[in-house]
Amino acid sequence: MADSGSEDIAVIGNTDLTPSESENNLKNTMVEKGTSLLKKMEISVAEAEKRTGKNAVNMQETYTVYLIETRPVDAASEGTNPVPDSLWRRYSEFELLRNYLLVTYPFAVVPPLPEKRAEFVWHKLSADNMDPDFVERRRVGLENFLLRVASHPALSSDKIFYLFLTEENGWKETVFETGFQAKADSRLKALNATFRVKNPDKRFVEMKHYGDELQSVISQLLRVRARAADRLYGVYKVHGNYGRVFSEWSAIEKEMGDGLQSAGHHMDAYAASVDDILEEEEHYADQLKEYLFYSDALRTVCRKHELTQYELEMAVQDLTSKKQQREELATGTIRTFSLKGMTSKLFGQETPEQREAKLKMLETQIEEGEELVKERNSECDEFVKSAWVDIERFKEQKDHDLRESLISYAIMQISMCKKGIQVWNNAKECFNKM
Amino acid sequence: MSASVVDNTVSSGNSSVAIPTDISGQILDLDEDDDLEVFSKDTSTTQTDGSSFNASMQTSPASMINQYKFEEEEEDADTKDIFVTVDNPESHVTAIETYITYRVETKTTRSEFDSSEFEVRRRYQDFLWLKGRLEEAHPTLIVHPLPEKFVMKGMVERFNEDFIETRRRALHKFLNKIAEHPIFSSSEDFKIFLTAGSGELTSHKKQGPGFLSRMGETVKAVAAAVRGVRNRPQEFTDMQEYAEAFSQKISSLDKVTQRIVREQKEYLEELKECGPTYALWSQSEQELAEPLKNVAGCVDNCCKETEEQVKHLNDHLIPVLHEYVLCADTLKMRDELDKAEDRLEWANNALKTDWTRWQKVMRTDLRSAFIDTAERNVSYYEKCLAVWESFLQSQRTDAEGNGNVDSS
Repeated sequence: MADSGSEDIAVIGNTDLTPSESENNLKNTMVEKGTSLLKKMEISVAEAEKRTGKNAVNMQETYTVYLIETRPVDAASEGTNPVPDSLWRRYSEFELLRNYLLVTYPFAVVPPLPEKRAEFVWHKLSADNMDPDFVERRRVGLENFLLRVASHPALSSDKIFYLFLTEENGWKETVFETGFQAKADSRLKALNATFRVKNPDKRFVEMKHYGDELQSVISQLLRVRARAADRLYGVYKVHGNYGRVFSEWSAIEKEMGDGLQSAGHHMDAYAASVDDILEEEEHYADQLKEYLFYSDALRTVCRKHELTQYELEMAVQDLTSKKQQREELATGTIRTFSLKGMTSKLFGQETPEQREAKLKMLETQIEEGEELVKERNSECDEFVKSAWVDIERFKEQKDHDLRESLISYAIMQISMCKKGIQVWNNAKECFNKM
Repeated sequence: MSASVVDNTVSSGNSSVAIPTDISGQILDLDEDDDLEVFSKDTSTTQTDGSSFNASMQTSPASMINQYKFEEEEEDADTKDIFVTVDNPESHVTAIETYITYRVETKTTRSEFDSSEFEVRRRYQDFLWLKGRLEEAHPTLIVHPLPEKFVMKGMVERFNEDFIETRRRALHKFLNKIAEHPIFSSSEDFKIFLTAGSGELTSHKKQGPGFLSRMGETVKAVAAAVRGVRNRPQEFTDMQEYAEAFSQKISSLDKVTQRIVREQKEYLEELKECGPTYALWSQSEQELAEPLKNVAGCVDNCCKETEEQVKHLNDHLIPVLHEYVLCADTLKMRDELDKAEDRLEWANNALKTDWTRWQKVMRTDLRSAFIDTAERNVSYYEKCLAVWESFLQSQRTDAEGNGNVDSS
């Protein structure tokens, strides 16, 4: 597709691309990058439905479920269109899946879920979770999430993920049986605790800062955009008043009547056009939001690196101190001040037998300590290696996706301008007839 | 001089009137209407001194009709023979007050003017005076409004640049409307306004009610004589109803447009923050830095265009709408002139003709103002379109340059 010519890079050249087509292009990119899973299976979140039921505390609640459809790739390309396998899942189950992936693949930048509650809304957009527009955008976001996981080199081959897509019943139990929650709790505690690591990998430190900056700037952009959208809405809608007044005015005029009346219609059309414009912009906002949440996942990975590095450093520190103790005991010299040393000086030395016993214990501990350091060292190394690979993969994906988003934003602006040109040209024709 | 300027005989000091009838026929274009001859004949005897006018007062209303009749043809732009400009505001400080004067430049080929070019300085008070005189002399005709004495809302300082410019434009339009009006443009007061030195103007102002208002008195007297005309012409009522409705609509349009300007300004405020945010983001990125900076530039450009568009609305559409709001107020006030003379005037067709003329002018003015606005809006969107298309273009060449198969 790198050939020259006006129809070459269809995405960029075609300014009439709609946001849904643009999203399709995104999906196609993911499929092309190709994991073994996606090569076999087509995944989509086809529908959303409202359900009511009793919750954990036996209270009636209303919630939304989403239909996940899977279809073998070969069947579709053969021309036959078999009925896809499908099952229903609710948002909380997606969350469970994600938490499982977070714990099980700590080195991975795990794709984010669409937001739980609507944020960065401009006033006309509903912040209600039950609002059909919100549900629709969430459906798209969930599909996106599944496709991202399915195109991730490591995550896509996960059994639990596969079952999530294919096994409706008993999936939850299976997840819990992996015992990931125990790991989750301890990990969470460790991550939240404050600790100071002496020698983190510089690249990860930089990445963490980048994650912070990305989060901050995208939040700001989303806020500003929402406020501007609000204002733009006002500008367009006030033009609707022109429509009304022109219409009323045309009633009292003879020659000007027709021109005014039809001009008024165009003003109404102009006012109405803003709804579609802003709906399209919402897609763009969603794309930005995905990377806002991704920045969180990125920071999590960096933090995990710090944790493993810290644990290594702790083990090394511990080993060093034990070795020192052994030396002191063996040579009888006290290098460092210790209360024990002082008391023994004051109250008499230990017996040779006691010393022997202590030394033996220390030796064992040192052996164990060395094993631990070796273990933690390799853990750290492996983590750094695989995490960095995934971070690089993420960077490439982010650069590509965000560039596409900016392009689709430009396309949206162009479309808005074209509509404006058309409406005002039409209005001008009508004014000419006045 | 165009044929329709037959009424120049109404104003005093008309050079053609000073010439005896037979010669005036030679000086004027022979294509011109016979009416012109009639006028010259009728009034030549009255111009020499005021008292002889009283003699013509004895004439029947019929001859009065003649004196007010004028051609209904629209003046062709090509036949425009007087060009008035208002510009160059200057501030004057005296012991008592500070005020602004405007330069009024006149270029004309009309023979009743002593020269073809005049330049005077006038202040707002002078314009007010002129308007007053025209209204006095022609109580039933529509005089174009002046910008308001004080601007109430927003309490704009009187000597603020924008205010002065807006006022200058309105004064310019006012004089041009007078110049284009078949009756007003031959007013003696108008001529003095355009040509007299400030001393001469002051003394002219001091003169008692002139020939013109005596004309007004005459009309009232004649009207008294024909008192008893009961039925108000239907057209008069229609006109008043229209005036009321028109006033409402034009006020609404004025308000709507002002609201649009407000909303656009607020939109602009928010949009102004978008560009810098994209620029800030570009500082954290590598591959994305260039497209982000590019987008920041595009947004900033669109901001500039939006600013221009708002300015245009403010400077062009709003003043015109506002003018007609004031016009509509004038129209409505004429309802008070529910005196017999109006009915007489109506019967004379003068009022009706002026009314028709006004409607045509209004239609032209508003139509061109709206067309202008529509064109400006198209231009705004076209410029923004170009901005974003150049961004797409740059991304396309980037992709080709890097051998990037970015698109799927």
